[in-house]
Amino acid sequence: MRWPIRKKARGPVSLRRNFVTPEGVDLQLELGGAGTRAAAFMLDGLFILVVLIVLTIAIVTLLVASHQSDALEILWLIGFFILRNGWFVLFEMGGRGATPGKRVMGLRVVARDGARLTGGAVIARNAMREIEIFLPLSFLGSQAADGTADAFLTIFALCWSGIFLLFPLFNRDRLRVGDLIAGTWVVRTVNGTLGHDLVAGKESARRTFSDAALSLYGVYELQTLEDVLRGGRNDALATVAWTIRNKAGIADDGDDFGFLSDYYAALCARLERGLLLGKRRENKFAASRG
Amino acid sequence: MTASSAILEVQPILVNATRFRKAREADWERLEYLVGRIEKRSVRALSDEDLLALPLLYRSALSSLSVARETSLDRALISYLEQLCTRAYFQIYGVPTSALRQIGRFFAKSWPEAVQAIWRETLVAFLLTVAGAVVAYLLVRNDPTWFFGIMPEGLSAGRDPSASAETLRATLYGASKDDGLAVFATYLFTHNAQIAIFAFALGFAFAVPTVLLILYNGLMLGAFVAVFVPKGLGWNLGGWLMIHGTTEIFAIILAGAAGFRIGTAIAFPGRLSRGDSAIAAGRSAATAMAGAVIMLIAAGLLEGIGRQTVTEDRARYAIGLTMLLGWLVYFYMPRKA
Repeated sequence: MRWPIRKKARGPVSLRRNFVTPEGVDLQLELGGAGTRAAAFMLDGLFILVVLIVLTIAIVTLLVASHQSDALEILWLIGFFILRNGWFVLFEMGGRGATPGKRVMGLRVVARDGARLTGGAVIARNAMREIEIFLPLSFLGSQAADGTADAFLTIFALCWSGIFLLFPLFNRDRLRVGDLIAGTWVVRTVNGTLGHDLVAGKESARRTFSDAALSLYGVYELQTLEDVLRGGRNDALATVAWTIRNKAGIADDGDDFGFLSDYYAALCARLERGLLLGKRRENKFAASRG
Repeated sequence: MTASSAILEVQPILVNATRFRKAREADWERLEYLVGRIEKRSVRALSDEDLLALPLLYRSALSSLSVARETSLDRALISYLEQLCTRAYFQIYGVPTSALRQIGRFFAKSWPEAVQAIWRETLVAFLLTVAGAVVAYLLVRNDPTWFFGIMPEGLSAGRDPSASAETLRATLYGASKDDGLAVFATYLFTHNAQIAIFAFALGFAFAVPTVLLILYNGLMLGAFVAVFVPKGLGWNLGGWLMIHGTTEIFAIILAGAAGFRIGTAIAFPGRLSRGDSAIAAGRSAATAMAGAVIMLIAAGLLEGIGRQTVTEDRARYAIGLTMLLGWLVYFYMPRKA
């Protein structure tokens, strides 16, 4: 018997987004996750704090040395202002499109429509930080300083900051309010190198496999096998080799890695032949039509 | 069914990925090297030859990606090409122009255009300021205790209804040997700039907090005027306010108008979708807001230096009105499309 209303099984939320270039190729951008972005922001906060402390110490030392108290005070006020408002804007307007914190975490800001990131967009997304973070913070700060235990106001301030801080979690593109206004989003930048070819460059003879042994698996299993081979962990190799041998009824020859490499090559060649004929076998559950 | 895996003579199985890698890998590596150099340094680090090759290499990598997705099952290859193409894309299409050109464009075009685009909101913000000032003026004239309800304690600095005419006059023509004044002017600049940014950002809440902020700004102005006028210092206060006030109050009005723009664009998107409307308004309003901060720098200079050196009322009026005229011409002068 079926329940009239069944919960739909939802897969893990994917952060990959279609992004079609003018040439018509979908680049499949990967968005920065909420945790990564929070970490980047905290790093930036830390950097700003460090710079502020260094600036303050430098100015105090200068103050002791000279007696230009006015000029130094002005310098500090302006330095503080630029740090607070300019840090994010100036770094994001640069060629990398990222603050130091974002660069450490491998993120960058790009326009959602793929066009150039304009100064207006960068200023808009960062000016919004004022009401997202600094306003509730200073609100709570002044509350604490006054010692007025007004429960309503505290709750209001907490709700306010909660809404804005958690805003990225409530939409699928992880947009801050600033991103919403500026039409930007934060994507991951990956600087990988090309992994070596698993199939080419083998001198010795290869094992051959029966048709039945090769029709066991599809693309998903092939790519999982690729990960296992590239990972190179012995226990994983042993487990996978044992499973495949067991299923296909192949005797153990003591060389797990060699066996798996050859099986990978043979399976890959077979599945690619299928691709050329327009048959893509997604996983082992799909019917084998090779 | 015990098929052992027999070992045969060498018979290389060339999968598509292998063939593909052999034919194209050199191109990909060159593109990766070029993109890496741009990312680390700048486009200027490339030779002319490399610069010409870059778009070709990028397109060839894109076509490799399309082909690999259709014919190859080597996941490492596909994800490598994806990230290589993405990096190249952002270096070719997504990078902002050089800082100098951006600044030039900002002053020549973006700023006045952004200000022109919010003329209605500017008018509303101006009227709100005037209304606030008139109300506060009337209130304080009728009952001076209102002054303390309107002004925050720190800002009046002794210039309240209980002060004598001499003290008030002294604050208007304060001698430049007063050490704290330059610092105070800087403090006022950073404070005002922060208020301008707030006025912009708070516009997000359907402009309601921005309206209150602008109204309050007008209230403070009116209350201030109401202290000086009864002591016969109205004309003198005018000069004192004008010299930097035309720039400063105009800047605050513009920042408020930028906030209104965002709020109304979200509340009433018109024919656009709400998201698109917010983006269009946000980008141009942010430009106007950045301009307001620059105006506040000018106002700070006028306040800190100009007002200390120019103590003659008529000169103060002249400077203030010239600044106002200058801003108006700069913003609203008709430009060629």
